[in-house]
Amino acid sequence: MTEGSKVNENIKNLSMQVNLDDFIPATAEEKEYMVQMRPSTTAFKDGIRRLRKNKVAMVSFYIIVIITLAAIFVPMFWPYKYEMMLGMQPGKPVDATFNNLKPFEYSTTEQALRDQGQSVFPHIFGTDSAGRDYFIRVVYGTRISLAVGFFASIIVLVIGLLVGSVSGYAGGKVDMVIMRIVDIIYSLPDMLMVILLASVLKMTLASKLEGTPLAKIGSNIISLFIIFALLYWVSMARLVRGQILSLREQEYVLAAQAAGAKGSWVIRKHLLPNCVSVIVISTALQIPSAIFTESYLSFLGLGVNAPMPSLGSLASDALNGLSSYPYRLVIPAIVISLIVLSLNLFGDGLRDAFDPKLNG
Amino acid sequence: MSTELKSVQPLIEVRHLKQYFNINTGFFKSTPLKAVDDISFTIREGETLGLVGESGCGKTTAGRTILHLYQPTAGEIIYRGKSIKTPKDVEEFRTKATMVFQDPYSSLDPRMTVADIIGEPLDVHHMYKSQEERRQKILELMDHVGLNSEHAARYAHEFSGGQRQRVGIARALAVDPDFIVCDEPVSALDVSIQAQVINMFDELQDQMGLTYLFIAHDLLVVRHISDRIAVMYLGRMVELADADEIYNRPLHPYTKALISAVPVPDPNVARANKRIALTGEIPSPLNAPSGCPFHTRCPYAKPMCSESMPPFKEVEKGRFVACHRTEEINS
Amino acid sequence: MALLEVKDLHTSFFTDAGEVRAVNGVSFNLERGKILGIVGESGSGKSVTAYSIMQILAGTGKIVSGSIKLDGQELVGAGENVMKDVRGNKISIIFQDPMTSLNPTYTIGQQLMEAILLHTDRNKQQSWDRAVEMLRLVNVNEPEKRMKQYPHEFSGGMRQRVMIAMALACEPDILIADEPTTALDVTIQAGILELMKDIQKQIGMAIIMITHDLGVVAQLCDEVIVMYAGGICEQGTAEEIFYNPCHEYTKGLLRSIPTVDDSGEKLQPISGTPIDLLNMPKGCPFAPRCDNAMKICMRARCERMEINDKHAAACWMNVRKAVKGE
Repeated sequence: MTEGSKVNENIKNLSMQVNLDDFIPATAEEKEYMVQMRPSTTAFKDGIRRLRKNKVAMVSFYIIVIITLAAIFVPMFWPYKYEMMLGMQPGKPVDATFNNLKPFEYSTTEQALRDQGQSVFPHIFGTDSAGRDYFIRVVYGTRISLAVGFFASIIVLVIGLLVGSVSGYAGGKVDMVIMRIVDIIYSLPDMLMVILLASVLKMTLASKLEGTPLAKIGSNIISLFIIFALLYWVSMARLVRGQILSLREQEYVLAAQAAGAKGSWVIRKHLLPNCVSVIVISTALQIPSAIFTESYLSFLGLGVNAPMPSLGSLASDALNGLSSYPYRLVIPAIVISLIVLSLNLFGDGLRDAFDPKLNG
Repeated sequence: MSTELKSVQPLIEVRHLKQYFNINTGFFKSTPLKAVDDISFTIREGETLGLVGESGCGKTTAGRTILHLYQPTAGEIIYRGKSIKTPKDVEEFRTKATMVFQDPYSSLDPRMTVADIIGEPLDVHHMYKSQEERRQKILELMDHVGLNSEHAARYAHEFSGGQRQRVGIARALAVDPDFIVCDEPVSALDVSIQAQVINMFDELQDQMGLTYLFIAHDLLVVRHISDRIAVMYLGRMVELADADEIYNRPLHPYTKALISAVPVPDPNVARANKRIALTGEIPSPLNAPSGCPFHTRCPYAKPMCSESMPPFKEVEKGRFVACHRTEEINS
Repeated sequence: MALLEVKDLHTSFFTDAGEVRAVNGVSFNLERGKILGIVGESGSGKSVTAYSIMQILAGTGKIVSGSIKLDGQELVGAGENVMKDVRGNKISIIFQDPMTSLNPTYTIGQQLMEAILLHTDRNKQQSWDRAVEMLRLVNVNEPEKRMKQYPHEFSGGMRQRVMIAMALACEPDILIADEPTTALDVTIQAGILELMKDIQKQIGMAIIMITHDLGVVAQLCDEVIVMYAGGICEQGTAEEIFYNPCHEYTKGLLRSIPTVDDSGEKLQPISGTPIDLLNMPKGCPFAPRCDNAMKICMRARCERMEINDKHAAACWMNVRKAVKGE
């Protein structure tokens, strides 16, 4: 077959498929119909969609929600209080059978009531050596640990955000001075500093707080917060500074400046909104590390004031009877691990979903 | 758009403008990077002045310094006969001179809606009395640049490059300026979209009497849109002339090389073209050569070229060239 | 037999938002010693076509169907071992950004020699000689001295020359150049294009030049493929495409760029915006932007049709011409 006839063949084939009406020009509406913009999405909606697809992150999220809700609401209706020594009721003799109950065990008094047909609320995790219901102590300890983690992260966030954005935006000498301070704090052995500060603050604060409403929270928790405020803001400040530095080079910042916008406008309208996702993510990842710090300080006896429990102090107390009651160490340890693991996994999920650098 | 029709009144005058950046080259040591080194020119009201050059020649810096986005190291920018000096002058100038950016992606804040992006200059300068007035102005601007008003509440990332650049242009028009610095506004766009945007610049100029400084590296585009073209090399201006003149009869050796290197979209012309090959690479502006910055690559260089910087002088009416040997090499 | 035969290639990216058909039925042949230009805008599928040939698709990209034959050997589904031998040895690729394609911690010489040692059975000394020879071929001055330098001591244009040297070190049959000059300045670009043309004449390999710049195509290519939204609109010799365009997209593209003898007249842009690949219409993907779109364009894609023996296009306007005898 020659080239020419092949060409003709080709045209004939194609022409068979059409009739003349097909060659009427298409209307504008028809063309418009072909291109429809996809429904509006925002980066936020996109992120949520990605997050929802991440099973691990979602499971972690639900675990965190359940634990948090439990920590808030369970103490409200639980028949026992965390500081209540069940064996020492006013007007009654001390009942030592309440002490050191095994899970779902009852003291002699309670057993007597049960024999009479009354229902007695069980001690799910038993009681501790002072006759306090262990379950409610774990729940309450969780509440304290979560609260410490959350508020410490907020403190870190506020200080880090402030210092970091000033340092990043101002640049020059200001930036250099701030960053050298950050370097110095970084170079301190933080474990040592934390322990040192905690024991010093514990002594000085205790007397100062006497009689103020803060006394109820306890000098130890306050000193914990001070430690976080002093030591842990540095990584947040660095992160924010880095973000601001890179965002500052974006053309939209230049565009705002070309439109006549001043520094505070640029920070407020452009820089901060654009680093929100990164800040939220790293705050979420900060919470578990705060919980961890609180736990080990409590474990070392530098944490919350007795009788208030935290997961760390519960674990510490359990050391005494470790051979007889190992579950008293295991339970708070599991709760800590669960919280820290879930928060970390959820934070990672947040980062995958919202940090644009990782998903191109 | 012939030049005769346009007024000869200079809208912007740039006099001996210098912009040096200090680059840290070691501990406690910094070297000035002469991004823009003593350039002078005028932009007439209603014209488009094209500014071309290769990367690192200082064209973008020049555009930004003219708008006082960088504080000039030396020199003056004169707008309608008045030198811009105090911060108050600058603030006023910002309502008369705006900018369109190269990258339609990074120049629009991803967290803002189209309406808020376009409205930002209005917000900054408090240029409306009520929210309703603001909304009206924004919709008008969107209509002006061919954007559908339904898109006002959408985010910039939902649009294609061409549409995003329209948003950028609408933002530049918001304060009703009479001078716009266009910094490579089409080079990030697809070929088929470039023409849309170029035509829009043309139409807006006709409707609103705008004056442009059009910075680009694509010579064919610059020549199409500009009345006059200025060529920069290593922070210096080497030639300034009427657009067709400079394209058809370049006088400076660098301009000659630049124009011969343009890839022409026409196979027969492209293959017949004799390119002037330049030897060597563009020197770093951190240690620019002495004398004429181009002498290291210039096929016509003589010893004198490395000794003194040739003056930027008018060789013919309206034609400025900075070359010691203009006459010899062009006769 | 053609050196490279691509037949009905379909490549998709599977994203969260759905399947993106980046390449949608692409077929072409590449003869030995020819320079083929693939032009198209962003999202046209020109780079993905090249990456499919090399099978270096990023992330979720996958060749869905089609055939790629190199010297008669089928590459689709041939497996990673075969591809390892093909890549660098028979087909080399250079990328747009010469800044990131080189490893900053090794000298130019080490990187060149590594490529040579990996793909040929030369020993160290021979590799060194070969590397120097390659640098000389791409017009790098003082190649022996340059061998010992690190990438940061090279400018953009020089790095791209090194990349070309590296790509050619093993004498591949095909060099794929993915926008090799887009990041470079015009005067540097001119040098690189000239170099590619010279080397092609000397060595005789085939080049696939991927670009968005019609000027580059006009200067360099023998044959041209015009792509839009993952499909081929038109293909033929450079002369045919530039002087006798037969697809409405190509015509529009040529009308919309400023020409050499610019008369100051308005450009004629292609209206509308590029197609959303996630939301592809049923008919011709260019129809929504086409001034001459007809009813049938809304309904069906036109098949490829031979205009003459050097030229083929997929546009219903040609069928209309033939049917109506215009």
